[in-house]
Amino acid sequence: MTVSRRHALKVLGSAAFAAAAAPVMAEARSARPSGPDDLGLLFDTTRCVGCRACVTACREANKKPADVVMIGGAPYDAPLDLNGSTLTVVKAWTAGGRSGYVKAQCMHCADPACASVCMMGALHKGPRGVVQYDVDRCVGCRNCQIACPFNVPKFEWGSNTPQIVKCELCRHRWAEGKGPACAEVCPRGAVVSGSRPQLLAEARRRLAATPDAYQGGIYGATTGGGTACLYLSAVGFGPLGLPGLSDEPVPALVETVQHGIYQGAVIPLVLFGAFAAVTWKNHRSARPGQEDES
Amino acid sequence: MTASTRPVGGTILTPAAKALLVLAVLGGAVGLYRLTQGLGATTAMNDGYPWGIWIAFDVAVGTGLASGGYALAFVVFILNRGRYHRLVRPALVTSLLGYAMAGVAVMFDLGRYWSVWRIPTHPGSWNGNSVLLEVALCMMAYTAVVFLELGPAWLEGLSASRRPERAQLAARWLPRAEKALPFLVALGLLLPTMHQSSLGSLMMMAGHKLHPLWHTALLPLHFLFTAFVMGFAVLYFESTFTGAAFKRPLETRLLARLGKYVAGVIIAFVVVRFVGLAVEGKAGLLVGSGLFSFLFWTETVLLLAAAALFLRPQTHLRPDQQLQAALLSMAGAALYRVDTFLVAYNPGNGWSYFPNVPEILFTLGLIATETFLYVLVVRKFPILAGVTPAPGRAVPAGLKQGATT
Ligand code: SF4
Ligand code: SF4
Ligand code: SF4
Repeated sequence: MTVSRRHALKVLGSAAFAAAAAPVMAEARSARPSGPDDLGLLFDTTRCVGCRACVTACREANKKPADVVMIGGAPYDAPLDLNGSTLTVVKAWTAGGRSGYVKAQCMHCADPACASVCMMGALHKGPRGVVQYDVDRCVGCRNCQIACPFNVPKFEWGSNTPQIVKCELCRHRWAEGKGPACAEVCPRGAVVSGSRPQLLAEARRRLAATPDAYQGGIYGATTGGGTACLYLSAVGFGPLGLPGLSDEPVPALVETVQHGIYQGAVIPLVLFGAFAAVTWKNHRSARPGQEDES
Repeated sequence: MTASTRPVGGTILTPAAKALLVLAVLGGAVGLYRLTQGLGATTAMNDGYPWGIWIAFDVAVGTGLASGGYALAFVVFILNRGRYHRLVRPALVTSLLGYAMAGVAVMFDLGRYWSVWRIPTHPGSWNGNSVLLEVALCMMAYTAVVFLELGPAWLEGLSASRRPERAQLAARWLPRAEKALPFLVALGLLLPTMHQSSLGSLMMMAGHKLHPLWHTALLPLHFLFTAFVMGFAVLYFESTFTGAAFKRPLETRLLARLGKYVAGVIIAFVVVRFVGLAVEGKAGLLVGSGLFSFLFWTETVLLLAAAALFLRPQTHLRPDQQLQAALLSMAGAALYRVDTFLVAYNPGNGWSYFPNVPEILFTLGLIATETFLYVLVVRKFPILAGVTPAPGRAVPAGLKQGATT
């Protein structure tokens, strides 16, 4: 073993130790809480009749064209899922002989995965906790689609200047003193809007008033780190297509691991220094064509 | 310093090169169609599977296979095994081309590619939590670093030029390029360590949509392991390819000694993966998950078979068996990456994806372009060691013939 190699191993050893110890030292990243003023929706399966007035009102409010599907030669506005022109959709569910409807839209997570991955913050938390989109900062990488646990962000696949499309709680109507269009038109109060604390209180009130009507508590109260859009269900949340997430925000694991490994820029700098020192030493002592034993 | 490297010389437009160019043009046509008609019209990607083979293969596997320069630099400059030095330049050329092609794939994959200049130029809007941002910046920087690491080769190539001003330029910059090398090598080690591991973190964010056999907090480590495996494996492939194409002696003895490193990395990867699954309480999934159990075991068996071959003394003498071992390990590691990015990813709601013909043609076009450029570079610049300059036209021989001579 040459001197330079022993030195090399020593330097590298300490760098490796630092890198290995870093994740252990890293505090698990704490969840970002929702604010008292955060705007949200409360949806209740026991009230929805599937009229889809909310879907149509959403289209009008957001100037999105109908998603025309030809069925038996006749055109229907029948989106199968959220898509590039559909910010909210109503789907049917069945569970153990019962059936009903569920409305889907962006959940406006307190700690959103979509915003965590977005390179330049095109998707980001705006006023009132709304997760909003700024097309000027979007490169169309679609990482938000991969990251969102609810498959909410949609891409304009048919366009040559595609954008990401998702519900922003009708923030463009706030100036006129209006809230989310879907809640405004719902004839049954199945979807209502308000501040998150208000909605939580209302959900708890309904649960307390008719506990037998509901199963599974309030989806979004703590699910996935908390969402501003809350759900009450007669049959639990699996049949509604809502994923069974833990209370930990989705971005927490990745951010803990990444920041744990990097410790700001400390670990990369240490590694760079170690690599440079070892390379420089070896480079200086290297003889061309050297045949060292191993 | 590699006094023994020489340009291969010879004709550029051999029949094989023309075939590559045809593929490249086909891929280019798909690229043009994508630019004018959009992603939806060109590819099979959809809102459930927003990343297709252009990311899962061209980027995740492509840059893995382009890790030869990285893996080898580790052995040569950090473990100080100078004897492998003659492999460094060709490995760097594959790395440069592999990363460049991945970059091209990304540009065609990005929906709003014209905004991409904002990423390096607007540090004010960088999202410090975005893993993809780190991957993007690191890959851009690394491509530049590899180009500069090859600086001496470019300059030596220029100094042979008949134009005096080019030769002069080369004479002036060569010593500086040599001096900067340790610094560049260190960057060339740091950047892939960062972005290859972060490629794994990228899919960690998919959470419950990624099958639990692949979704683990160890993803960054696994991607680092597979980068080394694929990077090493490519060196064997390269030796065979250049041996066959340019009638150059194979690096059989040298590569035989490298085998223990590849086997070591493979075994470490498999062990860490199993321990990780056991600790996370997922051991039961190894048998009960149908297709996914099958895929997991296919990856594992391919890799372990490769490791066993690499460790067998007989393999050390046989270039064809070395190539076999290398191809097995490449397949195992590449499958692991494609599974992580695509096959083990399931957004639910009945979404499905299978690459369509244009997507495949585009990917083939990129591979063809890369191969063509590789041949061009080694013919024009001193990359390969131990070549006898080709007398006039050199027609590539079949792979098999080269592998067994
Ligand atoms: S539901 Fe999806 S798109 Fe909406 S805020 Fe949460 S992560 Fe983002
Ligand atoms: S597609 Fe746009 S909004 Fe989505 S992560 Fe990429 S840059 Fe952000
Ligand atoms: S408007 Fe109200 S009742 Fe009608 S589908 Fe929408 S949520 Fe249900």
